[in-house]
Amino acid sequence: MKFAVIQFPGSNCDQDCLAALNGIPGLRAEYVWHKETLVDGFDAIVLPGGFSYGDYLRCGAIARFSPIMKSVVNAARSGTLVIGVCNGFQILCEIGLLPGALVRNRSLHFVCDMVTTRVEVGDSLFTHGCGQGRLLRMPVAHGEGCFFADEVTLRQLNERRQVILRYATADGRITPEANPNGSIENIAGICNREGNVFGLMPHPDRACEARLGSADGAKIFQSMMETIEAGRARAA
Amino acid sequence: MPADPAVTPELVAKHGLMPEEFERIKKILGRDPNFTELGIFSVMWSEHCSYKNSRRELKKFPTSGPNILVKAGEENAGVVDIGDGWAVAFKIESHNHPSAIEPFQGAATGVGGIIRDIFTMGARPEFLLNSLRFGPITEFRRPDTGNGKEKDLSAIPNPKSEIQNNRRLFTGVVSGIAHYGNCIGIPTIGGEIYFDESFEGNPLINVFCLGVLRHEQLARGAASGVGNPVFYVGAETGRDGLAGAAFASRELTEESREDRPAVQVGDPFKEKLLLEACLELLATDAVAGIQDMGAAGLTCSTCETASRGGTGVEIDLAKVPKREPGMTPYEILLSESQERMLIIAKRGRENIVREVFEKWDVPCAEIGRVTDDGMMRVRNNGTLVAEIPAKPLADEAPLYSREARKPTADFADDTDGSWNQKISAPSAVESLRMLLRDPSIASKNWVYRQYDHMVRTGTVVLPGSDAAVFRVREANKILAATTDCNSLYCRLGPREGGRIAVAEAARNLTCSGATPLAVTDNLNFGNPYKPENFWQLREAVEGVAETCRAFGTPVVGGNVSLYNESPASVVDPTPTVAMVGLIDDEAHITTQFFKAEGDAIILVGEIGDEMGASHFLKVCHGRKEGLPPRLDVERELAVQNSVRELIRAGLVKSAHDCSEGGLAVALAESCFNPDGRFGAEIEIASTLEDYAILFNESQSRIVISCAADDAEKVMTILRSKNIPHSLLGSVAIKTLCIKTAAAELSWPIDDLYDDWFHAIRRAVETDSEPVPSL
Repeated sequence: MKFAVIQFPGSNCDQDCLAALNGIPGLRAEYVWHKETLVDGFDAIVLPGGFSYGDYLRCGAIARFSPIMKSVVNAARSGTLVIGVCNGFQILCEIGLLPGALVRNRSLHFVCDMVTTRVEVGDSLFTHGCGQGRLLRMPVAHGEGCFFADEVTLRQLNERRQVILRYATADGRITPEANPNGSIENIAGICNREGNVFGLMPHPDRACEARLGSADGAKIFQSMMETIEAGRARAA
Repeated sequence: MPADPAVTPELVAKHGLMPEEFERIKKILGRDPNFTELGIFSVMWSEHCSYKNSRRELKKFPTSGPNILVKAGEENAGVVDIGDGWAVAFKIESHNHPSAIEPFQGAATGVGGIIRDIFTMGARPEFLLNSLRFGPITEFRRPDTGNGKEKDLSAIPNPKSEIQNNRRLFTGVVSGIAHYGNCIGIPTIGGEIYFDESFEGNPLINVFCLGVLRHEQLARGAASGVGNPVFYVGAETGRDGLAGAAFASRELTEESREDRPAVQVGDPFKEKLLLEACLELLATDAVAGIQDMGAAGLTCSTCETASRGGTGVEIDLAKVPKREPGMTPYEILLSESQERMLIIAKRGRENIVREVFEKWDVPCAEIGRVTDDGMMRVRNNGTLVAEIPAKPLADEAPLYSREARKPTADFADDTDGSWNQKISAPSAVESLRMLLRDPSIASKNWVYRQYDHMVRTGTVVLPGSDAAVFRVREANKILAATTDCNSLYCRLGPREGGRIAVAEAARNLTCSGATPLAVTDNLNFGNPYKPENFWQLREAVEGVAETCRAFGTPVVGGNVSLYNESPASVVDPTPTVAMVGLIDDEAHITTQFFKAEGDAIILVGEIGDEMGASHFLKVCHGRKEGLPPRLDVERELAVQNSVRELIRAGLVKSAHDCSEGGLAVALAESCFNPDGRFGAEIEIASTLEDYAILFNESQSRIVISCAADDAEKVMTILRSKNIPHSLLGSVAIKTLCIKTAAAELSWPIDDLYDDWFHAIRRAVETDSEPVPSL
């Protein structure tokens, strides 16, 4: 199974993503340079974290115009799994594949810490291997990770079960103290209406080894692999 | 373009050159220099670039060893073998003066500069540390500088405006480091931060970077191969940072703000592209030499590469990518615009260079070639504007031995216990809380939460333990690194302070399970023309040097920052020691935190009794006085070797060294396990006073914990090596309880933790409105 890791100028978690994915049995990951125009022959696409184009404007605002993004959008529309982590999430929001926006952390500071998230949708294409209510520990590292959406969008996200992860306390409660950035309703990760595009601020790529503090992130990538397997089985 | 000014004695003096230095320049050239050449000499012969006042002292450092691949001074950074064909390149550098004027950009460009020094060597930068010092950010008891016994020791708060300014510098520097390091994607995983009034107006910003490379990837900064093309790559040259090296070699004055144009502006995104492009290019066979443009910019990189290569270099400034029109040769040559490199390509492979930089959208221009006549020759659109023999310019700056004189002020006033007689003296219980609240000792989480300390997925021990521990993915090696210096010790006894800086760095590595490998140091001192300052420098250097010899840890490079003075004072002398070690086996990684209730707590080393230069006297009694503790190097080595041996035998569950605040602070910090706090039940049989038992800072002491069943085994091993030790008690929950002959002291651990964990946030966020909740 083959995942593409898109490299934008200023991506800085591309190498971490590649190493984490290649550490999962049965998975192979390759870079795709942002100046390419085709992302073909991959089972899933990863938009890694970092500071694409320096993020001197809004985070992800320039990366969405990279040549490769047209192909990423087409792949997403045709049902390919796309996951955006951190800066990748920001790019997905900027290009309109995901609703809402990520704004400056409420503390006004960059925040790097290990956080706990609660799986809100246990049967999504990205989390069905985790189970409803399961707690995943993953690091966050961002200055603009405060998720915001207007009232209507927020209601739709909840009704359509698009809120996949929320920040939670170590015992699974959704409280203001557990929220590292001020995200509305503690939202840490959402998917699109079709369910095949997933954006999240926490880094599953940094949580694939117990010696780094958590291996919970691997469960998300493994869920993606199972989704792809099941799709292949159906097609066959 | 305006005509260049005539070179007059006044202009020479304005460039910071002494009349005898000017004579030397004339002798080298065989004529008078023109304006551009004068500028070139002034930056190359500044202290920052030439080390003219410190080089003779630096020669005292041990620099060679079996693992050393590139020695100090040979290249941009030292390189040390770590086995299996892998090596580390690392270096520490200061950005003190720019940060005093413009904290955000000053600190940010400090980070950018040290990262370039590392990837210039062909190494991929893996992590950063920083060693920072600021004026106080909380109201404090102004220490008496004399013996001060008669004076009232009640708090004399310093002016609010100074505290505000110190906070501005502190938060600005932290934001600057975060901005640059986070964006470029190199984790900042450790270091140290101190607050003391001597740093008011002149903060110390020392940044360390380490990179990893295969032996065969090692790149050299020499212009080799006559006829080879010289490429300029990276950001365009602007007027920012003009003559910054010369600026850094002056004292800070009230007028220093006018030097703000000497502070550069950093662009971490450009540096990220430059980093990736350079490493991609170095993996090809197209490069003969590479050198970053740091201090003294294009000037330094051209004459140094020529000097190292034993060649000459000829460039044409018209071909240099520029940010603005109308720049004079003087400005182009002396600009310290950031994110630029000089590359000597192999003839015939120019296209490879162009292709790589085009892929990364980084400006790239061929600006000259390597010649065989040993000259640095600079043209502007064909017209000759400077012609200087490269080697004398780069390597033959005058060297001075400045006058050294021991200060007359009697810092060495021995502490006679009079502090203890004051009725207002805080109790032992309150003293520990004061120490844990002191921003120098308190948790630095407010700072490191703003640094991405997990990118590159190698941070095995998160910030907050004795040393940073990092697993290098591509090499499968585990490294430990730390920076240490107790400036208060160095003020009161610079030689002992220098010795202890090395011993403590090694002790921190030992506590993490590592074997020390090598050192890079950053010497931060005052104006060397003042004999007292030079005496401190010499004493500290000799202390560092002899202790590095004893530990077998050569100095592979570093930086000297002199003139660290503000109108108010000179900084306490600070020879920052950054040490790198290797952990052989993942199982040996050890942290400072207690792991389980009931584990035995053992102090390796003596209970100690030295109160001089202690943080207890400074923080609780407002006194910076007494002689620093004495270091017995033999004892220190024996303690560290035995703890390392115990760790390797799998007997040690936690290890933490005793430093600022003594045993009581070390015990409290060991209780603050981020995964769940513990307490401790301690009993100490000693005839000393409680204060002395709890807070003395005698050296060579490590608090370890082990399974209760292993305690006898551990102590048997220590006895067999004649290492003094005592069984202090056991790990408990909820309360730190210390029973002495005179008293039974106890602290709820949650209260201590609250003091310690939130002290810095409370200090810097008191003045701002709380953020409203939604």
